Amino acid sequence: MLRLLNLELQKLLLNRTSKILIFVSFILPFFVILLSSLKINVFGFFTLELGELGVFNFPIIWHLTTFFASQFKFFFAIVVVSMIGNEYSNKTIKQNLIDGLSKKEFILSKFYTIVFFSLVSTILIGLISICIGLYYSSYNEFGIIIQETNFLLAYFVKLIGFFSLCLFFGMLVKRSAFALAFLFILFILEWIVFGLMAWKMDTDLSEKIQNFFPLKSMYKLIDQPFQRVAMTKFPDKGELVYDYAVHWHEIFIVLGWTALFVFLSYRLLKKRDL
Amino acid sequence: MEPILTINNLTKKFGYLTAVKDLSFTINKGNVYGILGPNGSGKSTTLGVVLNVVNKTNGNFHWFDGNTSTHEALKKVGAIIERPNFYPYMTASENLKLVCKIKGVDYSKIDEKLEIVGLLERKDSKFKTYSLGMKQRLAIASALLNDPEILILDEPTNGLDPQGIHQIREIIKQIAAKGTTILLASHLLDEVEKVCTHVVVLRKGKKLYSGRVDEMISSHGFFELKTNKEQELLSFLEQDKSFGNIKVEEGLITAFLNEPMSSEDFNRKLFDEGIILTHLVQRKESLEEQFLQLTDNN
Repeated sequence: MLRLLNLELQKLLLNRTSKILIFVSFILPFFVILLSSLKINVFGFFTLELGELGVFNFPIIWHLTTFFASQFKFFFAIVVVSMIGNEYSNKTIKQNLIDGLSKKEFILSKFYTIVFFSLVSTILIGLISICIGLYYSSYNEFGIIIQETNFLLAYFVKLIGFFSLCLFFGMLVKRSAFALAFLFILFILEWIVFGLMAWKMDTDLSEKIQNFFPLKSMYKLIDQPFQRVAMTKFPDKGELVYDYAVHWHEIFIVLGWTALFVFLSYRLLKKRDL
Repeated sequence: MEPILTINNLTKKFGYLTAVKDLSFTINKGNVYGILGPNGSGKSTTLGVVLNVVNKTNGNFHWFDGNTSTHEALKKVGAIIERPNFYPYMTASENLKLVCKIKGVDYSKIDEKLEIVGLLERKDSKFKTYSLGMKQRLAIASALLNDPEILILDEPTNGLDPQGIHQIREIIKQIAAKGTTILLASHLLDEVEKVCTHVVVLRKGKKLYSGRVDEMISSHGFFELKTNKEQELLSFLEQDKSFGNIKVEEGLITAFLNEPMSSEDFNRKLFDEGIILTHLVQRKESLEEQFLQLTDNN
């Protein structure tokens, strides 16, 4: 396993473009979260300090940071599709197989890399959340701090799921740009299908079905936190209440998709003549 | 003899097109094999199948004694097919390091093999800055990294300039001299003739011949003759049962033998008949002529 990871890391880290993209995908969310936690003086008119809104309190901070950090997953998605696209355009995939890498090992080396970077990203986000939380949070009891750390698990699973989807699209179309286009098409397609279902059936049921779709199920892992922040501000407004927790069935749906995408990528490669 | 690669009734179809049809042959240790065939005869497809990049439709093949999986066996094989494929943004030694990681070879081999192909002083240049000849030599270095039991080369001199071709051939000859088994696919016959002991001839995916180079067609060679008494000579040759096909081209008579005959006996016989030759050459068909004969007849 380490051999396969090592192999892929060499391919990625010696490539300047992917090195920059990896750097951006890790450092950018880190900085955005860090900056937002600072007191910002907006042109001398007023000072903006998000910390005062209570958004950096434990346990809500887990929800917020993972939600915002996951918006930056697109940068690493470009790395994932290009690491497949480059293998095809340089024909190095063929050479790798001739040199004695099996097709299974090839897919696994990509998948391990995805897991590795998702893990690194999760750890980074976890660390910065703890630091900011300890600084701002009004509650510092251990029991409260570890509450809702399952958002970190959700973040980890969400990244793996999304990048596995990118891996599959990369294998399917062999070209990075087209793979990203496919991702966008899938996004639109999911909404069209949802729209059709909502039109023909009732909205509640179609929403339940939509939660099984690949992109939607990944999104659903970490629901948007704005409503929750509003809820804490106006606790008496009952219509704001919604279910934002991470549920096990949501994690299993995404893990199911992940397994399917990795398996399909392998099947595609196995059947294909290079 | 120890078999290295055994192919049994291998068939590969691309849709309606049959690229390789019912092909069987065995590669034994220590010999230098050539796979000959016109473009599109299925050479590269056959190599692609045994190298794990093309899926077979029917039949089977196995490496060595048949107890190792294909990708494990390939770690003991060195192969270059078509163009050299490397990561353009990595240097030569970084590219070879990656191959070492795949094959499980020690990094110390890198400099040793770069030395053989004469790229040691350029080892820290990026692959994309290399000329085609250098790329091809790097590919050979990469194939040699694991001191392979068999070296497979598919059109190794394709697209190179004369110096490049010469360099590659010298390297191949050196490797062959060390006793490494080589499988060389090519349509350049003089290339094969110079280095190979055995050939497999393919046409349209079918095997026409496999065996030693010098036994390719059952031929006793031919005479090239010139004389002032052309008519007499021709009628003499037509009566003699030792001769088969006779061709006349601009005064040069080519007579193909049906049975062995020395030029000395033949010359004496003609002299007794009163025919004096002004030109007498006894030859065997070159590989090129044999190959064309074989591919035309079938």
